[in-house]
Amino acid sequence: MSAAKIFLKQSGEVTRDLRQRELVHAAMGKYGAARTQAESRFQDWEAARVAAADIKDDAIHHLDRYLGEFANKLEARGTKVHWAGSGADAREIILKIARARKARSIIKSKAMTCEEIHLNTALEEAGFRVIESDLGEFIVQLRREPAFHIVFPAMHLTRRDIGELFARELGCAPAENPEELTMIARRVLRKEYMAADIGITGANFAIAETGMVSITENEGNARLTAALPPVMITVLGIEKILPRLEDLALFLPLLAGAGTGQALTCYNSLYGGPRQPGESDGPEEFHVVLLDNHRTSLLADIEQREALRCIRCGACLNACPVFRNIGGPAYGTTYSGPIGSVITPHLRGLQDWKHLSSASSLCGACTATCPVHIDLHHHLLRNRRNAVTQNPGFLERQAFRLFAFVVNRPALYSLATKVARALQPLHRRIQGTLIDPARPWTQSRELQPIAPQTFKEWWRQRT
Amino acid sequence: MNPRETILSRIREALASPRAGATKSPPAQPIGSQAAAGFKGPTLATALSWRATGADGFKDRLELFQKNAIELRADFHLINSLDELKTRVKRLKASEGWNRVASHGGELTQAACAALDVPLLWTDRGYAAADLEACDAAITECDALIAQTGSVLVTSRTAGGRALSVLPPHHVVIARREQLLPDLTAAFELLKTKFAPDYPGFISLITGPSRTGDIERILVLGAHGPKKLTILCV
Repeated sequence: MSAAKIFLKQSGEVTRDLRQRELVHAAMGKYGAARTQAESRFQDWEAARVAAADIKDDAIHHLDRYLGEFANKLEARGTKVHWAGSGADAREIILKIARARKARSIIKSKAMTCEEIHLNTALEEAGFRVIESDLGEFIVQLRREPAFHIVFPAMHLTRRDIGELFARELGCAPAENPEELTMIARRVLRKEYMAADIGITGANFAIAETGMVSITENEGNARLTAALPPVMITVLGIEKILPRLEDLALFLPLLAGAGTGQALTCYNSLYGGPRQPGESDGPEEFHVVLLDNHRTSLLADIEQREALRCIRCGACLNACPVFRNIGGPAYGTTYSGPIGSVITPHLRGLQDWKHLSSASSLCGACTATCPVHIDLHHHLLRNRRNAVTQNPGFLERQAFRLFAFVVNRPALYSLATKVARALQPLHRRIQGTLIDPARPWTQSRELQPIAPQTFKEWWRQRT
Repeated sequence: MNPRETILSRIREALASPRAGATKSPPAQPIGSQAAAGFKGPTLATALSWRATGADGFKDRLELFQKNAIELRADFHLINSLDELKTRVKRLKASEGWNRVASHGGELTQAACAALDVPLLWTDRGYAAADLEACDAAITECDALIAQTGSVLVTSRTAGGRALSVLPPHHVVIARREQLLPDLTAAFELLKTKFAPDYPGFISLITGPSRTGDIERILVLGAHGPKKLTILCV
């Protein structure tokens, strides 16, 4: 089945799941309130967005220089920097490190880039044990399913679902209280940090000036993942660059505000190397894997390269009426929601993923909420245009030709409306059934009745 | 070409000879296009002063920090003498029944720990992770407190390493009054003047005790890191 067909099928199923919809809408409501408050903490939210977009543009337009600086500074403090052109390259680099260390157990904190390159599957197939340490990711890993949302992976589950899951998978006493459930995960994962041979993290920012990766989190799981195992690997996209250390004074609160509605997330940590001389702990080895994986082809598209500003806050997902009703997994992509619909065609092929750009009402809520001013809904339009220019659909073209032929001939048009008006009562009988040619629309909606009189007819009567 | 050069040359090529979508329509003007022309406008300054900073003086900063600490569910106490510090720490130990405490070498930490009559783990010269995990509390110093956000700035060099301030269930920070900074910008400036170019391997802004909202977006403290954060300002 094509990606588009799977998308239609799955989104149809999720939309009919009213229980899930209620849960997701309740969670989004809480986010919305916190987000409004977060914006009001800024003296000038709009100025912050524009400044952030400018800093990111500077980084993107001088990416070669900043990346070089970033890598040199990291290497000077004993970090091994790896350059991965593709997902396969990145997987190979990480597998090689794991084999060289004779690792058995690997603990991970949340990293979208690792999802993007399907790292867990590759590691597990090679015989390594991989444990997700972020609570939400840990829950969806136990359920063997993809995350629902890039920031809130388990937002589609109730405490009862999670209690049952823990009882079944971890063999613990049944619990339903969020606090108890969190403590169960805490106990289980504590042992895993201590036993892990390698810790793998993502990163939110890469500071060129000082050669550091910046990791934002609330739980402390990334800090433990980075502190206890003897090897630390950080996987990040090449677009994560920020030029200067002080840029974080803007980007950390911006990410927290847009992502969760917090003023600042609980831990914002910078890692500049493995354990340094005179330091008491930290990994013996620190590897940074810089991932291209088609980001340079997005960079080459002058119209859409601003999508590389994205800081993966998830705000456009929360704002999107489509995402709110179909959820992340239905997209079938690593990055869901508006930003996923914009960039996936660049990362995985326009013709296979163009349908996501059409699954939008172009309401623009994503563009309005984006903290780095990405013109998301216009990029959806550009994807549509590019898809049609590249591969014009034969039927669609014929349909529009026919439409043009009719509307350019008033007599024919008038006849067509008369016929349609006469036939509409007949259509009512089959509306929404399998033989209805308009079924994709009518299976869940009513067709508007054609007006009993056209304007011209009405005017003629009056004069 | 090595992988580094391959990717860097791909980037240079993409920047030098861009294409505009699949058509010949004129490219859209990126919104933040000032950047390419070396952006140094006033918006950045406005954007950076994103929240009240208490920059006016110690009293303002203190008030702001306290307000933020309450919001974050961290405990904050202003301490007037080393003796009072010792009493405070002893009281914490008694009320929580600490059996083992971890800390690192430092004037304030040593003074506080001397008052505790429990086995101590010093992380300075390395330690076994299991021993640290068995501790009931960690007492550390810090690099700064930040009024704007209620954050504590720590580094591997000044707060006993990477794990000390995150592994035990209660993190007690001892700061000096002059370490209370107005905002994040000041904190990053401090890092530069204090360390550049020889930065510590690890730097962290700690803003409240560890937390999660992953289950029905309900706030739970102590997800993986400390359940409690106590800040004592001497």
